Amino acid sequence: MSLSDLMMVLPIAFILGWALVLLLVDLWLPRERRGLLALFAALGLAVALGLDLAQSGRSGRAFGDMVVLDNFAVFLNALYLVSGLIALALGYDYLKRMEIERGEFYALLLFSVAGMMLLTQANHLILVFLAVEFLSIPLYVLAGFARPRLESEEAALKYFLLGAFSSAFVLYGIALIFGATSSASFGGIIEAVRNGSAEIGFLTAGAVMLLVGFGFKVAAVPFHEWAPDVYQGSPTPVTSFMAVATKAAGFAVLMRVFLNLFPGFAASLTPVFWGVAALTMIVGNLLALAQSNIKRLLAYSSIANAGYLLMAFVPYGNAQVAGQAVSSMLFYLLAYGLTTFGAWAVVVALEQAEGRGLALEDYAGLGPKYPWLGVTMLIFMLSLTGVPLTLGFWGKFFLFRTAVAAGYVDLAIIGLLTSVISAYYYLRVVVIMYMRPGEPKVRRDGWLNLVTIGTAAAVVLLSVVPVQVLNLAAQAVLHLP
Amino acid sequence: MTLGISWLVWLIALPLVGFFILLFIPARAKNALRWVALLTSLTTFGAALGMLAQFQVGNPALQQVVRQPWVRVGDFTIEFYLGVDGLSLLLVLLTAFLTPIAILSTWSAVEEGVKGFMLFFLLLESGMLGVFLALDLVLFYVFWEFTLVPMIFLIGVWGGERRIYAAVKFFLFTMFGSVLMLLGILYLGLQTRTFAWDALLQQREVFAAAQLWLFLAFGLAFAIKVPMFPLHTWLPDAHVEAPTAGSVILAGILLKMGAYGFLRFNLPLFPQATLQLAPWVAALAVVGILYGAAVAFAQQDVKKLVAYSSVSHLGFVVLGTFALTAQGLSGAVLQMVNHGLSTGALFLIVGMLYERRHTRQMSAFGGIWKVMPVLGALSLIITLSSLGLPGLNGFVGEFTILLGAFRSAVLVTPWFAGLATFGVILAAIYLLTMFEKVFLGPVRHEENARLPDLNRREILTLAPIILLVFWIGLYPQPFLDLINPSAERLVALVQSVALAAH
Repeated sequence: MSLSDLMMVLPIAFILGWALVLLLVDLWLPRERRGLLALFAALGLAVALGLDLAQSGRSGRAFGDMVVLDNFAVFLNALYLVSGLIALALGYDYLKRMEIERGEFYALLLFSVAGMMLLTQANHLILVFLAVEFLSIPLYVLAGFARPRLESEEAALKYFLLGAFSSAFVLYGIALIFGATSSASFGGIIEAVRNGSAEIGFLTAGAVMLLVGFGFKVAAVPFHEWAPDVYQGSPTPVTSFMAVATKAAGFAVLMRVFLNLFPGFAASLTPVFWGVAALTMIVGNLLALAQSNIKRLLAYSSIANAGYLLMAFVPYGNAQVAGQAVSSMLFYLLAYGLTTFGAWAVVVALEQAEGRGLALEDYAGLGPKYPWLGVTMLIFMLSLTGVPLTLGFWGKFFLFRTAVAAGYVDLAIIGLLTSVISAYYYLRVVVIMYMRPGEPKVRRDGWLNLVTIGTAAAVVLLSVVPVQVLNLAAQAVLHLP
Repeated sequence: MTLGISWLVWLIALPLVGFFILLFIPARAKNALRWVALLTSLTTFGAALGMLAQFQVGNPALQQVVRQPWVRVGDFTIEFYLGVDGLSLLLVLLTAFLTPIAILSTWSAVEEGVKGFMLFFLLLESGMLGVFLALDLVLFYVFWEFTLVPMIFLIGVWGGERRIYAAVKFFLFTMFGSVLMLLGILYLGLQTRTFAWDALLQQREVFAAAQLWLFLAFGLAFAIKVPMFPLHTWLPDAHVEAPTAGSVILAGILLKMGAYGFLRFNLPLFPQATLQLAPWVAALAVVGILYGAAVAFAQQDVKKLVAYSSVSHLGFVVLGTFALTAQGLSGAVLQMVNHGLSTGALFLIVGMLYERRHTRQMSAFGGIWKVMPVLGALSLIITLSSLGLPGLNGFVGEFTILLGAFRSAVLVTPWFAGLATFGVILAAIYLLTMFEKVFLGPVRHEENARLPDLNRREILTLAPIILLVFWIGLYPQPFLDLINPSAERLVALVQSVALAAH
């Protein structure tokens, strides 16, 4: 390991070190001053964000081709780090008032962020597997963080069991690919495919296994069953982090692995992607209709959104639109991330102890009673629906453009019609907020206000200059061999 | 005076300026909120007059064009592209004209949540003006979708008993239509690398093969908005539940967005499909005319009656459009304005009655003329205008449309016009029946005996409309002069394809 190797993963190394320091500091800090720990963790994430952004424009490999650095990774790493910061802001007051503030929270969150970053930079299938575990294990613990509550424990167990199940798929896929190409490094696999020594049948089977494993992580149908229960049971700041960062990490590895290793197998893999994307859009949106709990509603919404993202990835093997697919997906992840965090922040503001304040009915009267919170939630719902003058509209616009450009008009029609279905349940939240009388109970907290108003402003203002945002995403090209 | 900024930009920006001023006025200062909203909309109307003053009559092309690249992504550019021609000019004027009137009508009708109401109203105005001015398809779509948001709030928060049902139905119907239009827009953009209206026009050949599908994708969105039979079911609900001002805008302007969409996009961009489908669309229009009229006749609720009369009247607009003659098109545009004025005024009158009696059942009225002679007289004029009495505005529009449809080569047979003429007769029947039930005869109900007649503000809301009703009715030429050149050019655009095909 040389210094230049370390430079390639500096933000990851920094976060890891910082998380270890956090664990130590936690021991010395008196109980009543736990709040400092959150600020300390935030400082670490902010420094790592600075280090990450300083890497933009650089590219290269390190640790004997195990790790790769490119703008794609820089973009997504920034997304995870900001997600971590927002999750801290959401948790600051929440953990205290739910009486679950324990020092490990912060270290676990940082470990998970580091795992996501490593996953995004991985250039070797073994590292992919390790990183998947590395990001998941802290999340299993975080899901059960509201420990005395049964729902939280149930969430942790479910997430752990199904997560382990999906990891097994990833591992099995890696084994098949290794068997087919006698290599687990990206370079070796690509070389084996190129010189024809790869066993195509096993390789394709391995790719499908990987798709199943990653499908679990991004909660794509039919691998979505865990998401509503886990999202509902986990402490809300953790849920929001899973909904944004974990999903982004899942898509990051999906994009990197499939674009790098399997562009030549698109013909046999595309029907699989097509089916998963269509199913995810349809099932996610239809099941969301029936929800009366806001956390479950947003959980199904996040499943449906995974479907839209997958729709743009279906033509990944088509070299002409692959770049467009990546940039539109990154744009959508950003738009979806901002919107979703905002919506979860509103959920945190209304949530009471023992899981009260989470029914849709609890939102009645929110609009007139708390105009700011109401308007921000309105903006998030409109953005998720894809109404113009929100970032969500442009996100969908670019995704559908990719699908149509690649000739998947049928898929685009499914996507558009299901987004009309989604309009119904997002609108229901708006209707309840503004058109039903009620006395909502709201927790006021400065950090929460910052997140809701900040994300809402970003969702609206950035929609006026979508191209600048898209250019950011477009520059975040994958490093292809 | 325009500070070097086009009137068209002012038209869209001024309501937003008012919106931001309103944000800083406390919610309890109700009158201040009303005045600011009213003055904003009047200033916007001033800007519309400024645009009219600069408009070159006789020039069929797009005028006062504003064009800026907005979103430039790789292979295509979305532009901030505004312009006005004879097809959109009067609709822009109508929007700017009806908005202050609608705001004035809420003075005593809206007491709860005045701030929110005015905020949404100004947003809606900005969006509607944008729809009529936008010449880039994506920009058009942005404005088109955006008008939905204020409207669901106007219906859903300030509406009647079943307001939530009506608001959600309105939203879902419109959204269903527009997502397919979005698909069409994306397809066009990918085929031609542009979304600009005139650039697309020049490249019509590129997407000629997919015309039929594109026509249907756009047409569905517009047909739902118009609304055309059998997609009209959202309209009666939305109208009945909407507050008066919302109904005025909904009938007066939002429905016109659909008819305008046909004129602006379907006809010139997909001419072959237009020629091919014109008889079918015209047939649906005629069914709508007769069906709307028949159902209107059966209503007991005045507002529902007026709502169904809109289905019937808009049928004339669509029939005139798809007659594909210059007369038919001019008549259609003029009839859009007429319908906006007459039906807008009818909704205002219904609102005035409702404010006094809190019912809209015709059986609850009767003999109102004796109690409220001013309202009675004004209502008579509006009713006659709506049913197309010669000398008032409705006649000019409907007559021109029927003439155009009668002579239409595309529609082959004059039966379309012939059947549609029954619609005029039916309109006379249901509107006069309504007038008789509400205004004539003895005062049957004790509660109606002491109703106060119109106050000065209420007369002021109706007076400008009455003025225009007479003006268009007696001397329509200046209005037709504004429309005709562009209508003729549009017909030539479509017909050139017909000739080429033969």
